[in-house]
This record gives sequence, structure tokens and C-alpha cells, in this order.
Amino acid sequence: MTDEHRLTTHSPADTHAVGARIGASLCGRACIALDGPLGAGKTQLTKGIAKGCGVGPDVTVNSPTFVIVNEYAGRVRIFHIDAYRLSGCEELDAIGFDEMLESDSVVIVEWSDRVASIIPDDHLAIRMEHAGDTIRDIRIRATGERSRRILGALSGLS
Amino acid sequence: MATILGIESSCDETAAAVVVDGHDVRSSIIASQVDLHRKYGGVVPEIASRAHIEKFDAVIAEAMDLAEVSPGDIDAIAVTTSPGLIGSLLIGVTAAKTLSWYWNKPLVAVDHVLAHVCSPAIDGGPGIWPAVALVVSGGHSSLYRVDDFNAIERLGQTIDDAAGEAFDKVATILNLRYPGGPEIDRLAKRGDAGAVAFPRTMLGRESLDFSFSGLKTAVLYHVNGPGKTSGGLEKLNEQQIAHIAASFQEAVVDVLVRKTMRALDRTGYDNVALSGGVAANSRLRAKMEAACADRGASLYAAKLAYCMDNAAMIAALGERMFRQGQIVTLELDASARC
Repeated sequence: MTDEHRLTTHSPADTHAVGARIGASLCGRACIALDGPLGAGKTQLTKGIAKGCGVGPDVTVNSPTFVIVNEYAGRVRIFHIDAYRLSGCEELDAIGFDEMLESDSVVIVEWSDRVASIIPDDHLAIRMEHAGDTIRDIRIRATGERSRRILGALSGLS
Repeated sequence: MATILGIESSCDETAAAVVVDGHDVRSSIIASQVDLHRKYGGVVPEIASRAHIEKFDAVIAEAMDLAEVSPGDIDAIAVTTSPGLIGSLLIGVTAAKTLSWYWNKPLVAVDHVLAHVCSPAIDGGPGIWPAVALVVSGGHSSLYRVDDFNAIERLGQTIDDAAGEAFDKVATILNLRYPGGPEIDRLAKRGDAGAVAFPRTMLGRESLDFSFSGLKTAVLYHVNGPGKTSGGLEKLNEQQIAHIAASFQEAVVDVLVRKTMRALDRTGYDNVALSGGVAANSRLRAKMEAACADRGASLYAAKLAYCMDNAAMIAALGERMFRQGQIVTLELDASARC
């Protein structure tokens, strides 16, 4: 089984659909490190993941930049963290990152490179890049047993 | 008539105020941390929390001194409990609880965003209700139907980035100083708002929600080329950057104004209450004023001093809540979310 999956999306709706596929494959504890430059579609992908995790259509999934962490209830609970403004791992620790990880929830960390040392070894690393006006390259990498199983469930994604 | 001490620390401003009767602002002290955060290009939560701890004693003492009141004159303490940075909120809540216990004064828990919603009434008075309220800041872009201080219904919100967040991110793309809002406002005055046709995302004919994420990406691509995220800014001169700032600002303002007018259509109301940090934007104030005048509606924009985060709006709304008996116990906690 390969540890990496690459795909290309051609619109925000496309990116959202990929997110929904990822969300649908999640059934419990998972950590997703979500990285990519401004405007790459991180929020769009997260909206899709939330949908796939069963978060209702009446719930608005928006940027957590201001409050650092947003929480959504679905089939699986989601914590959506934006580490953009964090100066280090202590702050993520202070808002209860460990408890989130241990609560059988999906924890999505945007700008995870700013808090790399606190991200669990076994996580799903998603890297998004601009590849054209509405085109995005998405690279999904597994780094351990748990994330490999999630990636396996995603096979066939194109 | 009640005298309220207001305490606010939801983000990067440490603030205290004394307000009598919900409108008579005797003092409003704000210790800004803008210089502390400038080198990071945004608010850093841990730095914010530490700065709040250092500043609160002095800020509260100054608010009491300036208002010429002693603890005996205070009827209740109102404090922001949500939403915001949890570490920052907790410092204010702890200060308020300590004073409540020590002075034996009732405690009122105030929602920061609802305090913004009601802030135009500090000067406008309760007669501005019913109104459509637009709150635009770094964390929020929301429309509300307000029938009274305790009858507020949200009609729409951002589905991705807040308006102020878009200003900050575009300022980052254009390599402007933090905070981005005032810089873009200043730069836009020298640019042509029609120079670049940036998208106005309306989300359908009925929606009262906002979306500014696509606009941010449109600016990114205009500067760097389609699908590119760097390398373009160096090729632009100052005038071109001013045109981009003006055109971006115009796109944000257009959407905010058009949706507010849509909310007036929907509710049938004649008053608009405008508040939040982005409400300090001169172009937004001017275009909202013109749009209201066109249809015979009245605009009540929060005074500039009450657009940025402040404790006067907390004390003002806290006074209404106190008179309605909305008192909380010392078990009070803070919450990051709305």
C-alpha cells in the first residue's frame, strides 16, 4: 500500500467533494495536518471534511483564525484549529490540544508547520498548492498505522 | 439609573470603562497591544494573555479615577465572557470575579459580539431600534435583526473569512503594515476603486451570508498571476498597489452595503446600526450613509471610539442586562465560541 496519494481538483466545489470523501472515511480519532498558502482552499476542504463527518448543512464551517479553534458536532466530532497566529506549541497545549486528540475526535490543524513538534507522529498530512486559476494540487500522506488505514479507505479517489 | 464597571479582554485590547445609565460614558480606557503584535503581523494569543495580566490593574484604576467613582458607586460589574481568545477572556473574567467578590457587587456576563451590535445605541439611544445591525470586524461579518437590546436575531454571517480578516490577509499579500484595515483605507484614498474589477460574491439573490475568501484569492492572483502565490508584488509600483487596495476595499464595501440593504428589504425596517472594527473604514461609512439616504433610511454608525474593541459597549449592554436581572454567579466561565 502506498503512503501517498496525489490528486488535482478543478474548482472549489471539486475541493469540497474531496474533503467530503476524506470526511466520510473518518470514524474516530484522527489528526489531520492541513497546509498550503493563502487561498489554496484549506477552509473549502475543511467544509467538505465536516460534511463527510456528518456535520449538518445548517452549520456554518468558517475560518477559525480569530478564535484559534472551532468545534463541530457530527457523526464524529471535529476540532478545526488555525495555528497561523500561534507563536509555539505551548499555546496549543494551553487550549487543550491533548484532550482534543484523546477524545476520539477529528482534529484538523491548519498551518501545522508552526506547531510541528506537537503534531502526533501518526497523522494524515495534507498539502494543498495553487496550480492554476481554480486548479489545486492536493497531496495526502499517511505517517503511521492509523493514517494509513484512512488513506487506504480513500483509494480510488481521483 | 445604574453605574456599571465594564471589563473587556477578548482579543488584544485590555479595556475598562465606567458607564452610567447605559449611555453616559464617564470613562473608557483602552490599552492597545498593537505594537506588541505588529512584528508578527497579527495577534499572538500567548503574548496577548500576558499583556492583559500586566495591564488590567492600571486600566481599571484609571477608568475608576477618570470617572471619579469609588467602588461604593458601582452597582454592577459587566465582563466579556465570549467569544474570543480563551486565554485573553479568562484574564478579564478572573479580574471581574475577583472585584465582584471583593466589593460584593453583582456580576453580568456580556457577549462581545452582541455588545458590538448594540454599540450604536450608546450615542443613538434605544430609539434606534428596531434596526438592521451590521457587525464587521476581524472575527465577524454578521447581519442582525434587532428589535430591542434583548431581542436580537442573526440573519446572516460569513461562510469563510470575516471582512476584517480579508483586510488583514490582503494587507499581507500587499506587504502592508499590521493592522491591515487602516493601512488599506489610507492607501485606497490614493487609488482608483474601479481600476480592478474584483468579484462581488453575493451567494445568490436571497442570501444574507457573506463570503470573502474568493476575493482574497482574486487579489492574490491579480498581484502574482493566475495560480501563483509570489513574485508579483516586486513588479508593481506604489500607484498600482494603491489601485489594488482601493478596488479590493470597494468590492468588500459593495457587498456589505448591498447585503445590508437586502436585510432592510427583508425586515421592512428603516434604521441601520453599523459597528465593529471595520465600521471605522471611511469608505464603508460613506457608502452606507449614501445607500441609506437613497432609500430614506437612517444610519446609526458606532462612534469611532466604540468601533474598536472597548469596555464602554460592554458596560452599556451590561447595564440593560443588569436592570433585567440577568446576574451570574462567581461560577462564571469564559468561552471561545459564540
